[in-house]
Amino acid sequence: MSVHKIEVTINGKKYQEQVESRMLLSDFLRETCGLTGTHVGCEHGVCGACTIHLNGSAVRSCLIFAVQVDGQEITTVEGLAKDGELTPLQRNFIECHGLQCGFCTPGILMSTTDYLQKNPQPTLQEIKEMLSGHLCRCTGYEGIIKAIQKTVDENNHHYEAERR
Amino acid sequence: MSKVIGKRVTRVEDKRLLTGQGKYIDDIGTPPNTAHAAILRSPYPHAKIISIDYSEALKIPGVKGVVTGKDVQPLLNPFSVGVSAPVKYYPIAIDKVRYVGEPVAVVVAKNRYIAEDALEKIKVKYETLEPIVDIERALEEGAPILHENVGSNIANHRTFHYGDVDKAFQQADRIVKHRFHFPKYSATPVETYGIIAQYEESTDSYTIHANFHGPFVLHSIMAGALKVPSNRLRIIIPKDIGGSYGIKAGIFPYIVLCSVVSRLVGCPVKWIEDRQEHLAASSSCTDRVTYIEAAVRNDGKVLGLKMKIMDNVGAYIRAPEPACLYRNHANTTGAYDIPNLMLDAYAVMTNKLPTGLIRGYGGQETYFPLERIMQMIADELEMDPADVIRRNLIKKEQFPYKTASGGVYDSGDYEKAFDLLLKTGKYEEFRKKQIEARKKGKLLGVGLAVIVEPSGSNMGYITIALTPEERKAGLPKSGCTEAATISIDPMGNVNVRISTTPTGQGHETVASQIVSEILGIPHDKINVVAELDTATSAWSIASGSYSSRFASMGSSAVYYAAQKVKRKLIKIAAHLLQIDEDSLTIENGQIISKTDPSKSISIKRVAGSAHWNPLSLPEGMEPGIYETAYYTAQAEPPDDNDLINSSITYGFVADLVTVEIDPETGEIHILDYYTVHDAGKLLNPLIVDGQILGGLVHGLGGAMYEELVYDDKGQLLTGSFMDYLCPTATEIPRVTIKHIETPSPLTPLGAKGLGEGNTMSAPVVIANAVNDALKPYGVIIDSLPITPNKVWSMINQSTKQGVSS
Ligand code: FES
Ligand code: FES
Repeated sequence: MSVHKIEVTINGKKYQEQVESRMLLSDFLRETCGLTGTHVGCEHGVCGACTIHLNGSAVRSCLIFAVQVDGQEITTVEGLAKDGELTPLQRNFIECHGLQCGFCTPGILMSTTDYLQKNPQPTLQEIKEMLSGHLCRCTGYEGIIKAIQKTVDENNHHYEAERR
Repeated sequence: MSKVIGKRVTRVEDKRLLTGQGKYIDDIGTPPNTAHAAILRSPYPHAKIISIDYSEALKIPGVKGVVTGKDVQPLLNPFSVGVSAPVKYYPIAIDKVRYVGEPVAVVVAKNRYIAEDALEKIKVKYETLEPIVDIERALEEGAPILHENVGSNIANHRTFHYGDVDKAFQQADRIVKHRFHFPKYSATPVETYGIIAQYEESTDSYTIHANFHGPFVLHSIMAGALKVPSNRLRIIIPKDIGGSYGIKAGIFPYIVLCSVVSRLVGCPVKWIEDRQEHLAASSSCTDRVTYIEAAVRNDGKVLGLKMKIMDNVGAYIRAPEPACLYRNHANTTGAYDIPNLMLDAYAVMTNKLPTGLIRGYGGQETYFPLERIMQMIADELEMDPADVIRRNLIKKEQFPYKTASGGVYDSGDYEKAFDLLLKTGKYEEFRKKQIEARKKGKLLGVGLAVIVEPSGSNMGYITIALTPEERKAGLPKSGCTEAATISIDPMGNVNVRISTTPTGQGHETVASQIVSEILGIPHDKINVVAELDTATSAWSIASGSYSSRFASMGSSAVYYAAQKVKRKLIKIAAHLLQIDEDSLTIENGQIISKTDPSKSISIKRVAGSAHWNPLSLPEGMEPGIYETAYYTAQAEPPDDNDLINSSITYGFVADLVTVEIDPETGEIHILDYYTVHDAGKLLNPLIVDGQILGGLVHGLGGAMYEELVYDDKGQLLTGSFMDYLCPTATEIPRVTIKHIETPSPLTPLGAKGLGEGNTMSAPVVIANAVNDALKPYGVIIDSLPITPNKVWSMINQSTKQGVSS
């Protein structure tokens, strides 16, 4: 099995590692880099638990090989909160009971964070469609949807206040 | 902070889970030299193993060993199980495979990639045998037999007669009967099974880390299988588990397998199940055929019920089965006052995945035929289903209500809850809308279901699988015990240790709320330790988080442990302040005199004295503050007449669902889902509604999407998330939840379990709604899931006209 040297920036830190060609990015993050916040639920691209940001876009790390991210930038759930300060989305997950076991949560946070950056004012149906790429077996999704809606509302208020 | 119980307190678990700092089984690290296991599984549902050749696999660099059934057999006993049929179940096939996915060999290697490579090099020769998957065919003369030594495919059979069933059927104006089939489906937590097993030769002992839902009765079963004293099997359960919904009790055969593999290969072994393995070979609910007959008076009153129920427990009957047949034994007649009941119960083995706990355990199987037949009774009598339900509901004055089969429903006001449901769901109005819609060729339907939600299992119920004579031979089993420990350290800070193995239900939060209220300390200052360690935690035969037992049992243990600590603190304070104990109370971290507030002392100082200055304590008092409480509810073993109160508390759930069906495509659109709950006193409404919604969506899955489908040759057709469909956000209907609170007289806080109710009720209430919409076609929905395909065929095969269009 051939081994490659790669250099990746994860949550702002540089990692220089050796990887086999077939190593999945999800395994690389968890096992090589010790970033266990990224979860693995199916390894076939359905559950969404392994979602991370690659160069600013949400992708499923179980469908990518580690060698493919050589020279690129990654953010994982560990990189969302800065200096112990939760993001508004994370805070709203607490407020709205958007998680129970928390296993699906990192993936959903990563997808949503990316989505809201690109679509700051989604409708309820659009939120549901974005979420339909993720499985959560605990919450019935309602708490998650509320948390996202609350974040959207807060952003809009913020935006309007700034315009005034 | 005095009143924290019952408040919508946000969860103490959340911050770590939101920042990627949860500690799930795959995150906790491993001992040095740990190797990884991969499992070779049977591609056949029924076959003899002729030979296994793994010589090529051993040649792959990094492979440390290969283990087969023949290697482990001398080290293991077959798992014990609570039936008399002599089924020999091992965690790996010995000479025969009996379901697709059954373990056949285990490879241990430096990492999982290499282990999986090596699987491909193992050559197994099979001689295939005729498979059997259908429940009723498995019972027929000449059907293929799975376990030759058992002689038939019946693992358990019992018949029960309660009241005077014959008389009820004689007195009836008519008999309404039908056959129903409930499907096999799964729980699929997003986190799969995971185990790290380590054998230590010098002490002949096993240390296991696993996301196990137990320890429950299963710890003894595992120790028995491994042939070690139970204190040589130490199981440690991490504080975070990525969901279970019951299924992670089914990990126990794999715990035993990894244990013995660790012993044979000589190193710690880690195994993380993959999703395909989980679907094919973890566990599932039973599929069940029920023949139900109701003796009915023309005014809608049900006088008696006869049921023949046949549970498909898969290839091996595995503990705690056949409990699926009996967990709802006391509440077989649901929310109705039906004193006459005959039950003929079978556990049948076929070439499918073995079954076990799944959220709702047995409830959905029980209520599907019961609540469908109530609607069919209404249809036959041309009555409104709401009237038939009301005619039969148990009345408020009848509580505590004794059911035909021995249940004692602790409290409730079913009529009030049902009325609230009809009002909230605007039932009458919808009926009018429905008539109008039909005129326009539209198919609207409304379904009702009322169910009783049992929680906190009486450990005696499992023995109902045995006859009274067989039961006499064993130790009687009763009760429903849970334990908790609370300690205060020398600086006055509180640790709480629970044994309920939470899997997302927020037990840390609720435990901290209870302790906070009793000890007057802010709940977020309390450290709750949810890791369970069978060697050091206080636990008991019922510990774990199955059967919604935290709110009823776990919370009670925490409550009593906190009371013990409080008593000790007050005793010490009284001694130090030289005043009477009875005049003291706890407030805001202070122990203070009720009559003279100038007399007070901080908890910190009292706890400090207990540790730093034990000589200052009252005469004879032990130093330190460390109190454990064991709590059990009054739950008797089954009596000689097979009467059993199988659970401790009984909640109530009433559902109303409205649907619209597209006659062209058969597509089902749920317009509204209303659900009214009475779970006694609610401990944290925020968590309560989250539990209800999660359970409801699981029930929705069972009603419309989820099924482990096998073809008639025994091949699994839904082996990945591409084929096994779990509801996603876009499938979730609008849900309205209402509560009434009738406190349980049996638990100190008045709480009952919840979170499984709608898993039990959703499949049938949706079926009732769809059937109501399809009424013009004269069809009967008697199996699940209800897919657009099925609806379309029903519409098109119906000889009736349907709606005018
Ligand atoms: S683990 Fe990547 S999508 Fe499920
Ligand atoms: S919170 Fe458990 S799967 Fe989503």
